[in-house]
Amino acid sequence: MRNQVLVIICLCFVGGMAPAWAQTDTEIDALRAELRQMRADYESRIAELERRLDEAEKEAGEQPGAIEPQDDEYVMQADTWQPEPAAGPAASRGDNVMNPALGVIFQGYAWSYGDDPDNYQIPGFPLGGEAGPLPEGLSLGETEIDISANVDDKFTAWLTLPIVIEDGDTVVEIEEAWAETTALPAGLSLRMGRFYSNIGYLNGKHSHAWDFADQPLVYQAFLGNQYLDDGLQFRWLAPTDFYLELGAEILRGDRYPAGGAANSGVGSYTLHLRTGGDVGYSNSWQAGLSYLQADAIDRASGSEDDPLLFTGQTEMLMADFVWKWAPNGNNRQRNFIFQAEYMWQNEDGSYQLPGLGTLPYDNDQRGWYLQAVFQPVPRWRVGFRYDLLSSDNPGPAYADTPLMPTGSDPYRYSLMTDWSNSEFSRVRLQYTYDRAGFDGDSQWGLQYIYSIGAHGAHSF
Amino acid sequence: MKNTILLTLLLITPLVTQADLRIFACEPEWEALARELGGEKVDVSSATNALQDPHYIQARPSLISKVRRADLLICSGAQLEIGWLPMLLKKGNNPKVMPGSEGFLEASQFVKRLDVAESVDRSQGDVHPQGNPHIQTDPRNMLLVAEALSKRLAELDPANADSYQNTMADFRERWTAAIAEWDKRAAVLRGKRVIAHHKSWVYLENWLGLVEVATLEPLPGIPPTASHLSNLVQQFGHKGADFIIRAPYQSDKPSEWLSERTGIPAVMLPSTVGGSEQATDLFSWFDDIINRLLTAGGL
Repeated sequence: MRNQVLVIICLCFVGGMAPAWAQTDTEIDALRAELRQMRADYESRIAELERRLDEAEKEAGEQPGAIEPQDDEYVMQADTWQPEPAAGPAASRGDNVMNPALGVIFQGYAWSYGDDPDNYQIPGFPLGGEAGPLPEGLSLGETEIDISANVDDKFTAWLTLPIVIEDGDTVVEIEEAWAETTALPAGLSLRMGRFYSNIGYLNGKHSHAWDFADQPLVYQAFLGNQYLDDGLQFRWLAPTDFYLELGAEILRGDRYPAGGAANSGVGSYTLHLRTGGDVGYSNSWQAGLSYLQADAIDRASGSEDDPLLFTGQTEMLMADFVWKWAPNGNNRQRNFIFQAEYMWQNEDGSYQLPGLGTLPYDNDQRGWYLQAVFQPVPRWRVGFRYDLLSSDNPGPAYADTPLMPTGSDPYRYSLMTDWSNSEFSRVRLQYTYDRAGFDGDSQWGLQYIYSIGAHGAHSF
Repeated sequence: MKNTILLTLLLITPLVTQADLRIFACEPEWEALARELGGEKVDVSSATNALQDPHYIQARPSLISKVRRADLLICSGAQLEIGWLPMLLKKGNNPKVMPGSEGFLEASQFVKRLDVAESVDRSQGDVHPQGNPHIQTDPRNMLLVAEALSKRLAELDPANADSYQNTMADFRERWTAAIAEWDKRAAVLRGKRVIAHHKSWVYLENWLGLVEVATLEPLPGIPPTASHLSNLVQQFGHKGADFIIRAPYQSDKPSEWLSERTGIPAVMLPSTVGGSEQATDLFSWFDDIINRLLTAGGL
């Protein structure tokens, strides 16, 4: 093949150059003769190659599949039928053999609101971090680039680079960048870098793995959507018949609900305990308890132009529970997931409010959600989610501020249906009735999630 | 807090069971093989059962704790378990069974894989670039994997190496005889045309000389669609093929639908041990596959 290409290139070259230097007929004749010779050469070589290819094909045809079954031939065959070296797809040779796994996830939305999402505000719960409603109208969501590979025999590393649009500018962020041990003994592991904290059930899940387009209210209000920070994570898996994992994290404390990297850059820590098991072949469950303590210095929430600044300590307790059902555990055909989380938090410190100065703040808040998702037939799922928040009264000084809850607890419910042509694509329709950030608003939305390249396995 | 952790440790310690070689099999056929070759000296469990599609199971908490305590993992590999095994390994915190270590055995590495793609693109469906991973339906493959597994057992448990070797010799003899018997009985199946639900029978077809003429799935991993099925009716009209085969974990609706319209018998074949009432061990499993094909074909 390469030879043929060469001939063609030579011919073009010769053809193009000929007028410039082939001045005499004799020279042209000589060239013609040379070309004829070349062509004859290649034709004989190609004929030889074709003959060898035919032979190879014939031999291949006589491989094991075509061997006639004869009584005692198999021992010999098992011996001669040598295992082949793990033959990948036309293995590339060169510097790129060690390329890490690379995947890209695309997300986009079309969302409609009755009220103006710019005025979205949950009384008593000024939103921080990434929390808030999806953009109105058509919008591109986070485009996530995932890169991962084993570093060596003892470490593995992961990088998530979302490309997001913030205030009209395209920004590449480092969402996750961590290395983790793979060879520690006794069921221990240590992760270092930037990662989603292991608290709760949904906190560690990337947005493409959520069952609804947005996070539950309690994640939005308490964790700024998801708690992500820099630090260290220890996990220990007990050597027991049942699943029991204990974990602890120490973190920089630079992200909501922490802020300002307090305590010389060790602003928060977390603890978690997780257990789970099976009930027969068809059911499995997981339950967890988590604790988060976050110190904040001038942590911003509420409006971006006139933020509320909190300095103090947040303590949070979370309980999560997930139940999954599939007939015989075969979730390809039909399956059902029930999931619920409860969170309680106390924030103790002071708020600096625009126009009001600094006020002491010590208040308890709680919230929960429950959701159920059912897949009746392959590819189609339907889901329901109910969300609720509740806040104590922070005191009369907070009247007419965004920190004062109204008499009724903010709530919301959502319905969704999604269709997945394969594991790598999903299109979702979602309806939400919101009495949290609005006074009763119907929202309709469409979302797509597409994944190309390597795609890591999902956790339970 | 420190006291709580210590207390938990104390409570847990007596629960840690002491056993022989603990083997985590990804699929029931490897569980059966490990039991066959390891006998009393191994403690084996399978992550999936015969009624589960091994492509799509959840990385459940119970499986994480099994991986944590395993001495050896045996899985089909070739990306069959890519949707869940990496997560189990990641959460299992067990360096003994990480890929590349002695405690990780990928069965498909020891056989000649079919359908190895030169280039892959997901528009072709959920294809496995390292070849078709459903290697277990050719009993000759089982023998190759058995040799590798037996060797691995002896390496991990050298005190019982002789015993593993003897068991292997015995299994080799019985299995070779069984293959010869199956070959004789299945000779009439050679050249029969098969419509498969999913491309998971290529090794069986290769062994018995069956010819796969179509699949119910329009593309690997994409469930059968009405339009694809009606095309198959047109294409295979009245008895244009000999069998429509599916695994027990696949819905029987598409194959029954096609069978009704074409007169081609629909057959459920156990794709692993436990896939049918009769398939209780490796030997009865292949007996049953052949029985079912012969019965359905009236042969």
